[in-house]
Amino acid sequence: MHTIICVKQVLDPEIPPAKFKIDPETKKVIPPAGVPPVISVFDERAVEAACRLKDKNKGKITIISMGSAKAADVVRHTLSMGADDGIVLTDDAFENLDSFGTAYVLSKAIKKIGAFDLVLCGRQAADWGAGQVGSILGEMLGIPIITLACNIEVTGQALKIRRIVRDGFEVLEAPMPSLITVSSEIGLPRLPGGMGLMMARRKVIPTWKAVDIGAEAAMLDKANSHTEVTGLSVPTRKSECEMITGVTLVEAAGNLAARIIKLV
Amino acid sequence: MDTAKGVLVFGEIVDGKLAPVTIELLGAGRKLANELGEELSVLLLGSKGGSLGQEAIAFGADTVYTDTDSIFDVYNSDAYTQAASGLCKKALPAVMLFGHTDIGCDLAPRLNGRLGGGLAMDCLALAIDPATKFLVSTRPVYGGNARATMVAKAARPQMATVRPKTLPAAERNDSRQGKVVMIEDKIDPSVMKIKVMERIKEEVEGVKLEDAEVVVSGGRGIGSKQNFEMVKELARVLGGAVGATRPVCDEGWTPAGLQVGQSGKVVSPKVYIAVGVSGAMAHITGCLGSKCIVAINKDKEANIFNVAQLGLIADYKEVLPALTAKLKELKTA
Ligand SMILES: Cc1cc2nc3c(=O)[nH]c(=O)nc-3n(C[C@H](O)[C@H](O)[C@H](O)COP(=O)(O)OP(=O)(O)OC[C@H]3O[C@@H](n4cnc5c(N)ncnc54)[C@H](O)[C@@H]3O)c2cc1C
Ligand SMILES: Nc1ncnc2c1ncn2[C@@H]1O[C@H](COP(=O)(O)O)[C@@H](O)[C@H]1O
Repeated sequence: MHTIICVKQVLDPEIPPAKFKIDPETKKVIPPAGVPPVISVFDERAVEAACRLKDKNKGKITIISMGSAKAADVVRHTLSMGADDGIVLTDDAFENLDSFGTAYVLSKAIKKIGAFDLVLCGRQAADWGAGQVGSILGEMLGIPIITLACNIEVTGQALKIRRIVRDGFEVLEAPMPSLITVSSEIGLPRLPGGMGLMMARRKVIPTWKAVDIGAEAAMLDKANSHTEVTGLSVPTRKSECEMITGVTLVEAAGNLAARIIKLV
Repeated sequence: MDTAKGVLVFGEIVDGKLAPVTIELLGAGRKLANELGEELSVLLLGSKGGSLGQEAIAFGADTVYTDTDSIFDVYNSDAYTQAASGLCKKALPAVMLFGHTDIGCDLAPRLNGRLGGGLAMDCLALAIDPATKFLVSTRPVYGGNARATMVAKAARPQMATVRPKTLPAAERNDSRQGKVVMIEDKIDPSVMKIKVMERIKEEVEGVKLEDAEVVVSGGRGIGSKQNFEMVKELARVLGGAVGATRPVCDEGWTPAGLQVGQSGKVVSPKVYIAVGVSGAMAHITGCLGSKCIVAINKDKEANIFNVAQLGLIADYKEVLPALTAKLKELKTA
């Protein structure tokens, strides 16, 4: 079984809101100094899901990440978790692509990789969180799509998937190959072990450019992009928080109770 | 693209009625259509589609497209994508709107992939740029730390999923006129690649999160599943629902269905009590609509105090039992 996973490197989403700054001119976030970028949370869960499948059914995991050369860091992280191969897709022409452009580049890379049984994506990227690259990619590859998986199993030739819905789950059966987007409910990602870290350090991570995957210039041309960001702002919040106090904490709790009861 | 015209709402039917979010979309869609000087239509899939057509017209639709095949009575991604793309290829809408719901979140991106449109997800506001007539969609990015506006210049349809309960519902007017058009194309069973084997409802005790007037949410600061019982007890005393942050759900202290936030549920109760919650924007975005946010956190610098109206700086273990006891007393008094 060959699983290909699309992982994105993002600004650490856990930076405190006070440190979150943007440049409205360029419509970009200014990364705070000294905070290294991380693997997008849901993509890490997708890697975990694939590692669990590999633990049970053997097979191979290939990671692709489109971004700067630094994206090799997140690819290496997934190799230490148990992925077998990783490729970084980097080219000036790949910068600032919209969801369609991103899905196009990923689809070209996947076609170059060759045969596969499963493609995994995160449910949404932790930065722009468009939540659509996976589905567009699935349509481009012409394979069945299942979104928001919280469990994936292989039963014979088919995939059995638990999918999150508002009030519970759906259990679905899909053929291989399919594309599945993974949600955090799949469970916490494993921590890389010593062996994994050692293996990952030794691996060579090739970089592919537009020419290597046969990506057409017109498809990467910003003039043809499907969507365009016209503005970026940080909403102002003007809450005045009234701090409840008391001589003792128990008294403070009582004072808070008196306030809450008036509101309900 | 110049041939693309009008606004199409993807309608949802819940319990045999138009979903509240569909009525909100009809309200928003009517405004956009008026600004464009074009038609508003709605797509209703499933056996109730025909009988709800007049209702959709009363809420603002000029045309109702419906396919009453019972195959649509439960959501199937393949069948819905096929039906919606079939209609879009014929009706050529300039704008298409969805609720940011289970169905909308699955269908809109797929349909976008198939049609080559331009999609913005989880939108909080929609407008027509008066100069270009483009749809301008406003959506949260970076977990709610920032807002972006987006347009699709050439790609059609211009699509958006809209967060439920953010736009006002359409007003009903039973004298409105419109037409109901039956879709004749049959779904080709060979497109149905995915089989729905089972649907499992997760029962939660007490009040439903989305409808609750009081929500008590616990965060990672609660520390353990056992201690989370204190959060539940407070909710019980207030007759409210229990909520949680993502780490709490990840740890299995509560079922995943109780997660509040960007990738969880959006709630807007009268009172939202957050205990041991740091106030990451990805969480806060799910409760900003609350009338009053109350925060209990031991860290006075926690971001939750920037969005709360009432705060108590304390270790929750030292105040929650007293708070719960006092509220119990006040409730019975
Ligand atoms: C794309 C994306 C989507 C996301 N979606 C969601 C979502 O839908 N919902 C969600 O919740 N998160 C979501 N997150 C995660 C979010 O960014 C935060 O990581 C999460 O909300 C933090 O949860 P927390 O406040 O429980 O934990 P922490 O950030 O660890 O905060 C714990 C808090 O508890 C306090 N505390 C500790 N001990 C005590 C004590 N004894 N008494 C009182 N206070 C104490 C601490 O001071 C701290 O402020 C998302 C993230 C991304 C990137
Ligand atoms: N630059 C990228 N490189 C690799 N995978 C990506 C990239 N951008 C998006 N993806 C994948 O698509 C998913 C959804 O992204 P988005 O639609 O941008 O929210 C992510 O969770 C990733 O799995």
